[in-house]
Amino acid sequence: MQIKETPKEYDAIIVGSGAGGGMSANILANAGMKVAVVEAGSFFDPKDPETMTQMKWPWESPRRGASTKRAFGDFDMSWGDWKVEGEPYTNKEGTDFRWWRARMLGGRTNHWGRISLRFGPKDFKHKDVDGLGENWPITYDEVKPYYDRLDKMIGVFGTNEGLANDPDGYFLPPPKPRLHDLYYIKGARKSGVPVIPARLSILTKRINKERGVCFYCGQCNRSCSAYADFSSGSCLIFPAQKSGQLDLYTDCMVKNITTNEEGLATGVSYIDKKDMGEYQLKARVVVLGASACSSARILLNSKSKQHPNGLGNSSDIVGRYLHDSTGSGLTAFVPALMDRKVYNEDGVGGMHVYSPWWGDNSKLNFPRGYHIEVWGGLGMPAYGFGFDTESINKYIGKQVGGYGDKLRDDVKRFYGSIVGLAGRGESIAHYDNRCELDENVVDRFGIPVLQFNYKWSDYERNQAKHMVDSFEEILTNMGGIVMGDKPGKDKDYGLLNPGQIIHEVGTTRMGNDPKKSVTNKYQQLHDAKNVFIVDAGPFTSQADKNCTWTIMALSMRASEYIVDQFKKQNI
Amino acid sequence: MDRRETIKSLLVGSVLGGVALTAQSCRTDEVAPIVEALQKPKYGRTPSEQLHDQKIQDAPSFFSAAELNTIAILCDIILPSSGEFGSAVDAEVPAFIEFIVKDLPMHQLPIQGGLMWLNGECNKRFQLPFAEANKTQQLEIIDQIAYPDPEKNTPQLEPGRTFFTRMRNLTLTGYYTSQIGIKALGYVGNRPNMWDGVPQDVLDKHGLAYEKEWLDKCINHETRDQVAEWDENGNLLNN
Repeated sequence: MQIKETPKEYDAIIVGSGAGGGMSANILANAGMKVAVVEAGSFFDPKDPETMTQMKWPWESPRRGASTKRAFGDFDMSWGDWKVEGEPYTNKEGTDFRWWRARMLGGRTNHWGRISLRFGPKDFKHKDVDGLGENWPITYDEVKPYYDRLDKMIGVFGTNEGLANDPDGYFLPPPKPRLHDLYYIKGARKSGVPVIPARLSILTKRINKERGVCFYCGQCNRSCSAYADFSSGSCLIFPAQKSGQLDLYTDCMVKNITTNEEGLATGVSYIDKKDMGEYQLKARVVVLGASACSSARILLNSKSKQHPNGLGNSSDIVGRYLHDSTGSGLTAFVPALMDRKVYNEDGVGGMHVYSPWWGDNSKLNFPRGYHIEVWGGLGMPAYGFGFDTESINKYIGKQVGGYGDKLRDDVKRFYGSIVGLAGRGESIAHYDNRCELDENVVDRFGIPVLQFNYKWSDYERNQAKHMVDSFEEILTNMGGIVMGDKPGKDKDYGLLNPGQIIHEVGTTRMGNDPKKSVTNKYQQLHDAKNVFIVDAGPFTSQADKNCTWTIMALSMRASEYIVDQFKKQNI
Repeated sequence: MDRRETIKSLLVGSVLGGVALTAQSCRTDEVAPIVEALQKPKYGRTPSEQLHDQKIQDAPSFFSAAELNTIAILCDIILPSSGEFGSAVDAEVPAFIEFIVKDLPMHQLPIQGGLMWLNGECNKRFQLPFAEANKTQQLEIIDQIAYPDPEKNTPQLEPGRTFFTRMRNLTLTGYYTSQIGIKALGYVGNRPNMWDGVPQDVLDKHGLAYEKEWLDKCINHETRDQVAEWDENGNLLNN
């Protein structure tokens, strides 16, 4: 098959349209650069009625929203999950990493939890605190101006609390707590765990004339048709298109970066899903925002005489130090929340309050913290609603089982009485936790796939134990009764598989030493100065925060550096 | 790219990739009728998801007429009509169960086998299949399998309890995700509104109150349409 070259030459090609790629496209196009965004998934606009799931009722799905076709249910706005048809990955024996991919414009930002937490000063220099992992080559103070601009540009609600490692920002006002939140606040405080308003990128108040304001349907994971939550397509790509500087290539799966004799990038080679032909695009700069693992895969598949080990991989670090957030959780039945008056408490899509990490790790048997997310309430029923509801009677000494009016009464009695706590914590990046090419397996585009090899250590297991112990105490303080067996040592204290929290970072980490890192502090490859990475790959370490807000602040910073270097003709 | 193009590219890319591309004469205008046929939005499906649904809809019934009849009887024992609210059959729960066993085949054998067990038990007692037994006879069996048996006096009925638990779960889920069930539950969300905190009477009932300091930070809906402005320290100026 002949590879077709497109005559058009761009200033920059951006691979991927999620949080990192979307931000880069926005900055570069608005700075006057001619940009191509190449996205492996299909076009998606949250307000397109054909694909929209927001405000749909459960009966509109014949399976009532069950997860047969989408891992998080029919209405979740992610085209693709831990499995994508025709795009496998493999795991080294005895390991089980899960890799989520959303094949659509905007990627995972269409369904994400909108939890938008800045990393704190300690998070950039955590090796200084406990000697583990590696310090970032940048400080919080260097990133702060970008976080500040990001808050105003995209919008995030929250409150300034003056906490040392959970920095203040430019917040929109948060929504009031729900009923179960008030119980949680009481229960957590009793255990000395602080609770503050959540920080989510949802517009409770207008930030410009273009985007709408939240109308409290609680369905951000379905992607907001009013553009009142952050999705990369609606908030970054579409506005950037107005510059006239941006060409969008959807359904185009990038295979590799092409390079010249000097080892510099000349563009990308991609498969167009519409005709399965292979095409080449040319540009002076290539920006990878394909996601931490996809960008690593593209680099590893970009082998040449100048880069025999894959582009940017002279250090053999590409794909290494892969790390996800930890996760564990506990659920309780709270008798005081029985027989509730029913009212509309959909609120915003996600939690209204949360607990940032409060502990002192120097006195604990694990080095890094976690934050607590709270869920519960009078939610909209979907598949699974009512399962074993009558069995809750065992906690209040009433008859389990039954049918008829008794069952109807049980359903109403227990509606809204279940509260759950989930921990999301920081793991330590390890050299041996990695993804690499599996040369024996190709995807439907003929591209070698990734093989994962990722194991948790006792740091993460001890942290998960601390999570479930804390949750049990807080839930009990709330008058709750923990449901099911509290996971013990045999179950790693409920610690979920790596990849299940979908915060994977670190595969192309940044650093000052080209032998120990893939990019410099501007997310520019040490080995090829016109290639940048703007997803979570360059993260030197994860924090006890979600990664999206930092991906975007750093993408903004790296992209402005690109503009500067481009104008100076250094790249 | 417009919506139609999107659907088309999704279609060609992921569903008919093989078919469309091996046909040498394939032109995009020939794909159009298929695209149109697949454009039944309803709940925002991608073409491959629509094909999956369509296959299930077009497939022959998994359950026999007699099985569906027994399922309907069970559904209405589990959730008969009550006051103003219709029954599980009124809410078309049997049709939901027929769909879901094809969508989630893990339910197929336990339900089909469970129905056989139920008929066997009924035959043993009354020489009748369950559907033909009278209400008293039916409820005699149901009353023995609708509750757990902590004393373990009747282990021979355990298959029936396991089956009934599954039927009860699917009936509850099918019912409370239907229009009738949502109304019966009283869920009043899924519509634009202004969340402004827990109603005062609910707070009172729970002996709870919002703290003033917390409340002062929360959104004031009256100014939500004003574009946010901050001072240089991040203090919002117009809430």
